Amino acid sequence: MSEEIKLENKKLVYAPTSYRLEFPSPACPGCGSMVACNIILDVLEELKIIDNSVVVIGVGCAGMGFFGTKMDMAMCSHGSSPTVASGIKHANFDAPIVFTIQGDGDCAAIGAGYLVNSAARGDKITVFMLNNTTYGTTGGQMAPTSLPNQVTTTTPEGRKGSVHGYPLHVPEMLASVKGVAYSARGSISNYANYKRTKKYVKKAFQKQIDNVGLSFVEILTSCPVNWHMEPVEALKWIDKEVVKEFPLGEYLDTDAIE
Amino acid sequence: MGEKLFVHGYEAVGRGTLNAGCLHFFGYPITPQNEITEFFANELPKRGGRFVQAESESASAAFVFGAAASGIRVITSTASPGWGLMQENLSHISFCELPAVVVNVQRGGPGQGTTRHAQTDYLSATRGGGQGGYKSIVLAPSSVQECHDLMQLAFYLADKYRILTVILADGILIQIAEYIDVKTLDYDPLPEKEWALKGAANKGGKYDWIHSTRGLIPPIYKDIILQIHDKYQKIIDSEVRYNTYKMDDAELIIISYGYVARCAEEAVNMARENGLKAGLLQPITLWPFPYKILKEKALQGCKFLVVEDSMGQMIEDVWLGVEDKSRVSFLGMESRHVSGELGMIFPETILEEVKKIL
Repeated sequence: MSEEIKLENKKLVYAPTSYRLEFPSPACPGCGSMVACNIILDVLEELKIIDNSVVVIGVGCAGMGFFGTKMDMAMCSHGSSPTVASGIKHANFDAPIVFTIQGDGDCAAIGAGYLVNSAARGDKITVFMLNNTTYGTTGGQMAPTSLPNQVTTTTPEGRKGSVHGYPLHVPEMLASVKGVAYSARGSISNYANYKRTKKYVKKAFQKQIDNVGLSFVEILTSCPVNWHMEPVEALKWIDKEVVKEFPLGEYLDTDAIE
Repeated sequence: MGEKLFVHGYEAVGRGTLNAGCLHFFGYPITPQNEITEFFANELPKRGGRFVQAESESASAAFVFGAAASGIRVITSTASPGWGLMQENLSHISFCELPAVVVNVQRGGPGQGTTRHAQTDYLSATRGGGQGGYKSIVLAPSSVQECHDLMQLAFYLADKYRILTVILADGILIQIAEYIDVKTLDYDPLPEKEWALKGAANKGGKYDWIHSTRGLIPPIYKDIILQIHDKYQKIIDSEVRYNTYKMDDAELIIISYGYVARCAEEAVNMARENGLKAGLLQPITLWPFPYKILKEKALQGCKFLVVEDSMGQMIEDVWLGVEDKSRVSFLGMESRHVSGELGMIFPETILEEVKKIL
């Protein structure tokens, strides 16, 4: 542990959550997913629901920020997190807050069927999809969210829609599904977006607390290692390129599903 | 006290489940077991339970993972193609040592196969059907009464050992009706599921991680595998179950399970009327398999006839039990009375084979 910081004459701006164990971080230096996980952890604490929550993490980098937290946690197969979360919710007769942390591959490729059907059923869970436009854990392959012309290890000449398919816009898609209460896309790329994303996360949890339907937030994150960029450069690339394909904002916000 | 009811196999599965105190079912429609799914759709909401129709058997098994991780009794039911689809998540359930019950009403395979009865998932069920090398307790009912009773045993064993328990039935057994005693069976008390996921505040601030990447973080992978296999050994040592019929003085022992065991029982009666000393061994646990009694009987000079509605799957276990100590004959799918999907192995056909051997 580092030496305790003296707070005399200084205002505390941010302190890491006490819900994180002293556990070696499995994330690479500069990983954006960890930042997104911190936002979610902070909101859980602010809403005072963290001790009544169960997190289901998907397979891949996205959930690593929740490895080593003092919370009930489950992890099953690649893509199945929304369904596992719904199983936990039903088993506990809706008592706890149950949410998933999934990557874009976990959520929008192998888990797309699980996600869409969970949404259609209106499962009372919250799904967070951390979108870094690539498969981070496996070394930077093309994801369903890779940008047009993005160079990945499986699109060495760049992603071409007619050959490799097109980026999938999940919050826009889920906004058309009846069982969904809330659908938004945020980003961790700068402080303004960080704060806005925190609001989205808070709203998403509130929809579950209010038992409205499935709530969903996509969070654009960076993957400096697989993007071959410095961490700060990677954040700037989100603002410059990624948001062109994936505009930020709320796509659905409803208080009741008829 | 129990009541006497005339019910179908599917209803016996349902009532046995309710008598085990299970109030959560997740499933997907597939023939020939839709009546099980429909039973729970009707009965669970009335009792304050939860029924969810999933979008696939993969999803049914994922639901079961989540519910089992929450420490409640949970069940899903399917038939062979759905059984195949479940395997990925069943492997995760097994590695996380979650107690759960799956009913597989076998129909003809491979692929879509038929929508009628068969016994072609024996090896898949008894060897751990998914990736990674694991075991599930596999129980095989041969009557409607056993459908009801073994459901309760399945939940008990699942909880006792934190293991997936499979009921391996078949299309005929689920669709026939018989008189049964409906009652709650008594088992030893089980430990509290202190590991159940329900939010730390609901269990005194304690938190648990139930994740199938447990091999990646300490305790190290090999220790986990060895611990799980120690558990498998305990089950092998103490949970083997089987029924016998006229086996004590038998010179030929027929080994069958499921609907075929009923035909074999009738064949034993017919053989005895012909003065032939045939008997029946009906394994209740297909895993762990009753190897020991087979070896004892082989050393006494008994001959064996495996009758199963496949091209030969359980016979591999019989070989392992008998070793080379005696002769093992086989009667399988080629002996069905008609070649369409309705074909069955009739008692008369089994009797002919018995006559050839004795």
